[in-house]
Amino acid sequence: MGGITEMAVSLAHFLTVSAILLVLGVFGIFLNRKNVIVILMSVELILLAVNLNLVAFSAALGDLTGQVFTMFILTVAAAEAAIGLAIVVIYFRNRGTIEVEDISTLKG
Amino acid sequence: MIAALAFYAFAAILIASAVMVVTSRNPVHSVLFLILAFFNAAGLFLLAGAEFLAMILVIVYVGAVAVLFLFVVMMLDIDFTQLREGFQRYAPIGAIIGAILLIELFMVVTTWRFAPEAATLRLSPTPAGVTNAEAIGRILYTDYIYLFQACGLILLVAMIGAIVLTLRERPGTRRQNIGEQIGRSGSVSLRSVPQGAGLKVIGIERPPSPEEAKPKEVEHHAHGGHH
Repeated sequence: MGGITEMAVSLAHFLTVSAILLVLGVFGIFLNRKNVIVILMSVELILLAVNLNLVAFSAALGDLTGQVFTMFILTVAAAEAAIGLAIVVIYFRNRGTIEVEDISTLKG
Repeated sequence: MIAALAFYAFAAILIASAVMVVTSRNPVHSVLFLILAFFNAAGLFLLAGAEFLAMILVIVYVGAVAVLFLFVVMMLDIDFTQLREGFQRYAPIGAIIGAILLIELFMVVTTWRFAPEAATLRLSPTPAGVTNAEAIGRILYTDYIYLFQACGLILLVAMIGAIVLTLRERPGTRRQNIGEQIGRSGSVSLRSVPQGAGLKVIGIERPPSPEEAKPKEVEHHAHGGHH
């Protein structure tokens, strides 16, 4: 495979770490069904896993596009965290709790 | 060798802190472990040769996003023990789904390979002899300028959205209404004084005493916030 640069650590290592990180994020969403703040943190972990994947492939292929898209994902994740936490704050202000199980009562 | 050792150290701490993020009893600890996870992910980015993104991760994530999380966790007065009910109830189904996902991912990771022509399909090959930040800068502001602008737009929308969501007008607070302050009339006047006439001629002007000045109704101007 000419042109595919050799990394100090193989691509499979990075992919394994990022797969474990993604599964931990999904597991965290199931584990903390009530605490929406930890759910948001789990989403951050999932996005971090995606970023790790993109960076690893970018390094393995010698293609910078992956890093540019990583930056895009970082932007989207920051925006998502800000909006999500703002929603948590106003939900707490109205209901006095952040239990997301009865969030379905927000109709209309 | 050193790189491999560093990789295993970073990866181990990253995964351990991710476990602590999702299982920690106190959300403040979760946020602090999230910060640790971001630092170690930045280390992995460095090992992969993405120095610029590693710095961005530390600055943006640790500096802004994690601190935002910390701020919200500490600001809201939440009974976290109550929120942990059902922790054991949801753990098995989460573990099952996580295990299925992990097995699927390992099946993918162990069987895929690069296409033979992968090296020729590169969109923007890494230039030689240039630092990572410079190489990204060269393509980010040229080839990916629309993506870059879209990033800015997303951040603008998120900023406005967060402000609109959390802004509230409390009923009892008094605010400075600059327009009303500037636009008032009657209490300040400008008059031309004859030259050489001192205080003895004109006398001291005083504001009308409170008895004669009739109390003006305080107007509550509805400005903003009422939809």
